[in-house]
Amino acid sequence: MMGAAILTNLPALLVVVPLLLAPFSAVLPIAGLAWVLALVGTGISFLAALMLQSVTENGVRISYHLGNWEPPWGIEFVVDSASSLTLVVMSALGFLATLAARRLVAIEIADKDSGKFYAAWLLVVGGLFGLVMTADAFNLFVFLEISALASVILIGTGAGTDRRALVAGYHYLVIGAVGATFYVIGVGFVYAITGTLNMGDMASRLPDAAGGAALYVGFGFMVAGMLVKAAIFPVHIWLPAAYGYAPSAVSTLLAAIATKAALYVLARIFFTIFGGTPDIVDIALSNIIVPLAVGGIFVGTIMAIYEADIKKMFAHSSVAQIGYIALGLALATPAGISAGFIHIGNHALIKGGIFMAIGGFVAALGARASLETITGIGRRMPITATAFLICGLSLAGLPLTAGFISKLYLVRAILETDSYAILALVLISSALSVVYLWKVMEVMWMQPAPARSPKLIENPAIYLPLWMVALGNIWFGIDASWIVGAARLAATALLGGGA
Amino acid sequence: MIEQLAGSWNYIIVVILMMTGLFMVIARANLVKKMIGLSIFQTSVFIFYISLGKMAGGTAPILDGNPDTLYSNPLPHVLILTAIVVGVATTALGLALILRINEAFGSVEEDEIIAAKASQSLARPKRPTSEAAE
Repeated sequence: MMGAAILTNLPALLVVVPLLLAPFSAVLPIAGLAWVLALVGTGISFLAALMLQSVTENGVRISYHLGNWEPPWGIEFVVDSASSLTLVVMSALGFLATLAARRLVAIEIADKDSGKFYAAWLLVVGGLFGLVMTADAFNLFVFLEISALASVILIGTGAGTDRRALVAGYHYLVIGAVGATFYVIGVGFVYAITGTLNMGDMASRLPDAAGGAALYVGFGFMVAGMLVKAAIFPVHIWLPAAYGYAPSAVSTLLAAIATKAALYVLARIFFTIFGGTPDIVDIALSNIIVPLAVGGIFVGTIMAIYEADIKKMFAHSSVAQIGYIALGLALATPAGISAGFIHIGNHALIKGGIFMAIGGFVAALGARASLETITGIGRRMPITATAFLICGLSLAGLPLTAGFISKLYLVRAILETDSYAILALVLISSALSVVYLWKVMEVMWMQPAPARSPKLIENPAIYLPLWMVALGNIWFGIDASWIVGAARLAATALLGGGA
Repeated sequence: MIEQLAGSWNYIIVVILMMTGLFMVIARANLVKKMIGLSIFQTSVFIFYISLGKMAGGTAPILDGNPDTLYSNPLPHVLILTAIVVGVATTALGLALILRINEAFGSVEEDEIIAAKASQSLARPKRPTSEAAE
């Protein structure tokens, strides 16, 4: 009886459990207990996401009515193959990031603030899950702001070690709020045309509605707002500083899961809400999103090459990787969208691992990781540095790593559409990404450590979760059948029309 | 032309407020003024939604039993209630961050903060020797 009630309410629980645990965490005086709460919250979410994924594997679409109010009056949560894959990726990496957070947070955050820190952590996670599941356009804005405001708090806690975190958090707050408000303006226009806020209803009413210019304006505002949140070039400017100056644990969490949710919402806007009016979507995708994605790939990669601070370097690289995901989604073919979803999963693994490893370096060094401070660290911290190397190779797309699978499917999807110019640009940018990776690896492994450097101690609380992620990069590089199959189903679910 | 403008004057106000707010967010170097701009920008959207829900001659949506009564659409108004809460939270968090920025940098002017960052950008680790001490 109890079990059945839990099973039927899984979609709600995924959001409610982290959100409910957050206030308890905020008042807990002991840092360790707050961490346990966060671990329990993300762990339960991970299990719930896995169960939802197993249910939706056969193309089943779960529609959950919050408070038993029938949509379109009530808020509807939709879990299909596309959202369940995104949820599994996000909750898995959220759980692993929480696992690694204990040690990193103990070093960088004052003990008395830890309870509040984990409260904000749980709010980010719960908000992002809601963002992925909700089928109500306005409810989406609320989840967007829950997770955005909580991430600003998390970024701001970096002020304990580097005051620039405050400015980075402020900029993210302002730019993010403008983006979210743009989205709300767009929803207003679409609501004015269709008279509904439910995405499925919008999709079925838009083709017949005499929207005229209002339709274009609404679509433009909604997309522009989400571009900011997904950090797509040229509105990615908040990202490098935010990831660069946030505490290591926060960089790990945000880099692994935060922009993924926004990218998924973008896909929902293009293929679910405006799925019935393909003419606008096609124009926007091929004339705007594809050039922006390619632009982001190059700007991110080139900025990363010239960056000496390791965290900021990989934050710039995230901008480029988000470009690859957006490019896959913007091809709007089944192959392209599944390539986008494959890279959503693999990039979460790659960047989660890389930022965890950098966190390990920072914890041991007691200083920011720059090309200078990590000189020769390969021999001083072999366990962490080897995992970092694996994730780095995966980022470059070496065969037998997860990153290779992403590149392979992306290239195949581009070949299908016969756009050789884009293919050439993608291959050139991949080659360029080797430049900054080489710079880091050369400094780490081939240069001797400075004389009289103190012995560095590696902490298993950081490198155990890190190695889980690193082995995940190898596992999904050798046997990619799970993610490829799930991504294909996700693409079918998204393109199937209607929510 | 004039009639059309007069008929949609509320939307014209919305656009003027929206552009004023956005301009302040982009152009002002003072962080507090940026927050004020953001609030004006968000308020313009509130007015936009409220205008959407207003029916000409419509009254408050409370059933009075008369089938001929024209009601305004309450839904956009309720949505904006939520958006106002979000807006207040955003402003509060922004002002809190500005307070901390002022403590850390001694200024709320963006150019001065950038100058301060360039002159002293060393990390200040909480525990100098970290794990080695344990």
